[in-house]
Amino acid sequence: MVTYIIRRLIAAILMLLIVSMVTFAIFFLVPRLAGATPEGMASRYVGRTASEETAKLAAERLGFNDPVIVQYGNYVKGIVFGAEYDYGPGVETCPAPCLGYSFITRQPVWPDLLDRMPVTFSLAVGAAVIWVLVGVGIGVVSALKRGSLFDRAAMTVALAGVSLPIFFTGLISLVALSYGNPFSIFAQGGHYTPITENPIMWAYNLILPWVTLAFLFAAGYARLTRAGMLDTMNEDYIRTARAKGLAERVVVTKHGLRGALTPIITIFGLDFGLLIGGAVLTESTYSLQGLGKYAVDAITNNDLPKVMGVTLLTAVFVIVANLIVDLLYAVVDPRVRLS
Amino acid sequence: MTVSPATDAFLELRDLRIHFPTDDGLVKSVDGLSYRLDRGKTLGIVGESGSGKSVTSLGVLGLHNRRNAQVSGEIWLDGLELVSAPEDVVRGLRGKKMAMIFQDPLSAMHPYYTIGNQIIEAYRIHNKVSKSVARKHAIDMLGRVGIPQPDRRVDDYPHEFSGGMRQRAMIAMALSCDPELLIADEPTTALDVTVQAQILDLMRDLQREFDSALIIITHDLGVVAELSDDILVMYGGKCIEYGSTDDIFYNPEHPYTWGLLGSMPRLDREPTDRLQPIKGTPPSLINVPPGCAFSPRCPYGSRTGGLSTGEVPELTESRGGHKVRCHMPPAERRSIWESDVKPMLETT
Ligand SMILES: Nc1ncnc2c1ncn2[C@@H]1O[C@H](COP(=O)(O)OP(=O)(O)O)[C@@H](O)[C@H]1O
Ligand SMILES: [Mg+2]
Repeated sequence: MVTYIIRRLIAAILMLLIVSMVTFAIFFLVPRLAGATPEGMASRYVGRTASEETAKLAAERLGFNDPVIVQYGNYVKGIVFGAEYDYGPGVETCPAPCLGYSFITRQPVWPDLLDRMPVTFSLAVGAAVIWVLVGVGIGVVSALKRGSLFDRAAMTVALAGVSLPIFFTGLISLVALSYGNPFSIFAQGGHYTPITENPIMWAYNLILPWVTLAFLFAAGYARLTRAGMLDTMNEDYIRTARAKGLAERVVVTKHGLRGALTPIITIFGLDFGLLIGGAVLTESTYSLQGLGKYAVDAITNNDLPKVMGVTLLTAVFVIVANLIVDLLYAVVDPRVRLS
Repeated sequence: MTVSPATDAFLELRDLRIHFPTDDGLVKSVDGLSYRLDRGKTLGIVGESGSGKSVTSLGVLGLHNRRNAQVSGEIWLDGLELVSAPEDVVRGLRGKKMAMIFQDPLSAMHPYYTIGNQIIEAYRIHNKVSKSVARKHAIDMLGRVGIPQPDRRVDDYPHEFSGGMRQRAMIAMALSCDPELLIADEPTTALDVTVQAQILDLMRDLQREFDSALIIITHDLGVVAELSDDILVMYGGKCIEYGSTDDIFYNPEHPYTWGLLGSMPRLDREPTDRLQPIKGTPPSLINVPPGCAFSPRCPYGSRTGGLSTGEVPELTESRGGHKVRCHMPPAERRSIWESDVKPMLETT
């Protein structure tokens, strides 16, 4: 068990290194390969209006002329120790962990990310609670009542759920339920109240995005759970559980669902990790200032350090979520501990 | 519900039928089966795979889903009729009054729970005791079925046990509530030969100790030779021969039973020539052939003057409780056995 944990940890750290290299390469190496000059890249930092002279100087000072390895080393060093950007006209400090510095907003990226995290996190956690409960619940009932009207209706809705894009369901929900036509029950987009300030308003403002986001995922989870339950409920050990005289409810939950849980946990880890890195579409649709919206805005403004920072953060979330899933695996399935 | 007088037998099946409607047609897995069994006695149910043995025993425990199985007939257990009893009543008996041991203990045990937890669960369904009391009981049961260091092994998972140990644990689980009826469905089929013998010994000892009624289901007559008092030979969802173990081994009257005897692995024969499998395959239970279900494979069918392919033979008493479902006259069957079959089985 201990070796299993250590192995997973090492794998996660290696993965992080590789991901950071790849991200770095995508943002700093690929443009160069595509023909961007160091001056061209530096001009993004100091503004397009700057003279060629300034750009050249900035490129030199920001290290764009250095080999990529050195640049990468500096980036990693910045994350650990912080960095200072001397771009000619002045020096900007970026304290550790420095995930880059935006010369457009003249802000280090990390505090921005910290600022945005609660929004995205609130969105993800609320939606996850809804979709897991609803999706798994519907999946179980569908499997037990296979072929029934409920099953067919649920699976049709689920198919719609996985195929309808967020901006469609999201906009419909906004138009129907919050902009006064016909109902104006829920908050309009763009509102966020921190949970520490007012938990009720926090939930109220997030209900629509939660439900919209959860609908998408619940659909997939319902299908996955249904398939898993159909498999496990046919297992011999279910028959054994019944032969003991267990009540059917216990057979279904303690024996059936428990057996069907492993793939659900895996998918959940991936989905959730990706989501707390930014629910791009939902945040955009509901104008929530989360990490996803941050990334979109950064891309629109061509603000490379921000894009890079948020990408790396998402990668960290996904890797950590995966690590947790791997460890949970060993808890859920004792056979994993041996191998 | 048919009003029939209760039976004095501990377990009695009367004309049990279990049919499954499927897209291909009605599968008549059990078709008019009757037998009785007393406390402390052992019944062996023997037949090739697909003859309806497992479906029968699952039926006794009421484990068929009423949505896809049509169950009719009567199952009397200790004065209570189970086919018409409410599901809750039958569930209360499962595990406590009647328990089952399954063929493959690896798939029959939940891979995610320890052996101990699975026994504890079985015990606590019917006994309102604390977890620690149930745990002591589980360790005690594991010890009684011959698992070394039961206080340590109780926390192991099924995959950490060997096949034989797993089957012992399965037996411990089935016996944990001291059931009066124990059904073992091919308890040794998944095990290798030496372990098979150990498990059979264990079951015999435990049955004496617990004084339960025992049903052993197998496709191998050798398994029940020493254990059972009576043997029921099943074919195509029906009983085709029933008698004491001596009747079946020394005076078998049905050609199918002769075939089973001939295909029985025996230690005193060379492994190479020991098997004389019955030619042909068991009948489809959807389109059971007209007449005797065994007739397409029966070497003596022609002796009945076309009867065997025209009419389903009745199960008739031959002598002293020995029943046979065959169109051939009893005297003819006995003479074929004595003059043709028996000498052949003895020489090979
Ligand atoms: N739920 C079911 N639906 C349809 N057919 C079934 C079902 N369960 C068992 N059968 C059929 O009943 C027949 C007898 O099966 P079984 O009792 O398992 O045989 P065995 O004697 O090997 O234990 C088989 O042909 C099997 O396909
Ligand atoms: Mg079977």
